Amino acid sequence: MRRERKERAIELFFMLNSLVVIIVLLGIFYILISNSIPAFREIGLREFFTSARWNPTSYSQIEYGILSQVVSTLMVTIGSMILSVPLGVATAAYISELASPKTKQVLKPVIEILAGIPSVVIGFLGIVLLGPAIARAFGLPNGLNALNGSILLAIMSLPTIISLSEDAISAVPREYKNASLALGASRWQTLIKVTVPSALSGITAAIMLGMGRAIGETMAVLMATGNAPRMPSSIFSSVQTMTATIAIELGEVPHHTTHYYALFAVGLVLFIMTFAVNLVSDIILHKYEEVE
Amino acid sequence: MQNDIKEKIGFWALRLSTLLVLGILFIILFDIVRKGIGAISWEFLSTAPRKGMTEGGIFPAIYGTFMVTVITAVVSVPLGALGAIYLNEYATKGRLTRLIRMAIRNLAGVPSVVFGLFGVGIFVVFFGFGASVLSAGLTLGMLTLPVTITASEEALKTVPNSYRDGALALGATKWQTIRTNVLPVALPGMLTGSILGLARAAGETAPILFTGAAFFLPYLPASPFSQFMALPYHLYILATQHHAISRVRPLAYGTALVLISLVLVLNMGAILLRNKLRKKYKK
Repeated sequence: MRRERKERAIELFFMLNSLVVIIVLLGIFYILISNSIPAFREIGLREFFTSARWNPTSYSQIEYGILSQVVSTLMVTIGSMILSVPLGVATAAYISELASPKTKQVLKPVIEILAGIPSVVIGFLGIVLLGPAIARAFGLPNGLNALNGSILLAIMSLPTIISLSEDAISAVPREYKNASLALGASRWQTLIKVTVPSALSGITAAIMLGMGRAIGETMAVLMATGNAPRMPSSIFSSVQTMTATIAIELGEVPHHTTHYYALFAVGLVLFIMTFAVNLVSDIILHKYEEVE
Repeated sequence: MQNDIKEKIGFWALRLSTLLVLGILFIILFDIVRKGIGAISWEFLSTAPRKGMTEGGIFPAIYGTFMVTVITAVVSVPLGALGAIYLNEYATKGRLTRLIRMAIRNLAGVPSVVFGLFGVGIFVVFFGFGASVLSAGLTLGMLTLPVTITASEEALKTVPNSYRDGALALGATKWQTIRTNVLPVALPGMLTGSILGLARAAGETAPILFTGAAFFLPYLPASPFSQFMALPYHLYILATQHHAISRVRPLAYGTALVLISLVLVLNMGAILLRNKLRKKYKK
């Protein structure tokens, strides 16, 4: 009897530990909400979401409009996806369908190494390597702009897209491919018309996760996009994303001011955006697992 | 015939894509190593910055990153391991388990700068730890939690069920079984997986920007409540905030080289160890 009670207590102890993740997730949500409410109250929802001007330290007119930052974030994210999705899915297809087992064994850890490079290093290279290259190629005074940020984000979301797409493509049952090949389709036709479409939900989930990473990435865009807090007009515009705004300004504002709360409100919007993207990816993956 | 050509072009496109990805990684590593190696010296690694950070070394940043990573490890490795034991050994397929797993996946997707906001709100302000090694370490600990949990669970999964059944059949309780037959086997795997998470934490900048990292400190952090210098933040400063950016570029490259060496050594060590362990248990 005592033994059983002890066992129950131990199980409870382990369970409490696993609940920490839920507590942290709720805690993040709570901290963001509770610190955003004063901002929404003082600024007004309308100005916050519909104004494109963000001038928290202006002497004449202080404004807190998040719109240009949201557009900037979406712009660099979409730009990065245009580059990373074809490249990532093609690489995943190569690794799972063409590479020999030996090559595969080398490539997979190499992709993990790319994933392990800190974002501040990628941002640094955006300044010293990619920036000057872009300036030279397009005849610009400097290369710190949305294009630079998009390329860096593409590099950073590649590992996620590659490894998860590769899992999805590898999980397509052998029989599908054999059936297609037996009907006289070439290996290429089989890949394009059978294998990839069968893995499509997994690939989509991989892309969504990569996109979530790109939206939330901070250091690379902070360092390489120029940080001009206004509406971008082209991919050569200097842009300031939501993440960059928080990173630049939170260190300098006094706690418990409108500006301080406004940054939490930006964080809340960012959190909701990434949460939604991840949730969609999660739902797709779950469906996919159930079909398996 | 036409199909043949299509197939050739298609396969070559896939090969080229892969080569491009490898090329990108190569350029990143090559550029940092080539331009960073010149800055590396014993003095660079063992002394503090001098003359407004235009000379001298990065020792306080290395030390600060080490200290913060230790706190991160103390928080997230045990929490991750204990949580994973519940998920893999006890949890039944139910709503709670699904919820926990969903929370893990979503936590992994929370932007690092949002963890920074969370750290400010909870550790710096609410608990009153101020901007300190402790606040930064705790923040990074929360950030790595999804990695350590997932990695620990994967390690537990590699332990064959026969190990558990053997102990249970002899009348051992569940906890005795886990303690004597599961954990000893899974522990190395759990640790290597956790190293991957810690490597990521050591390279993070956004979460420590406002939870404790300092621009420049002439002394080392004396207690967990001191501010600290950190490698990633130091690189950010040298690359963007310094008053003589072009003059300190070699120092920035040197810092970048030390940072990626640290992260990659941890990463590769963990990956190699993991592959070895995987093979061992597959047999």
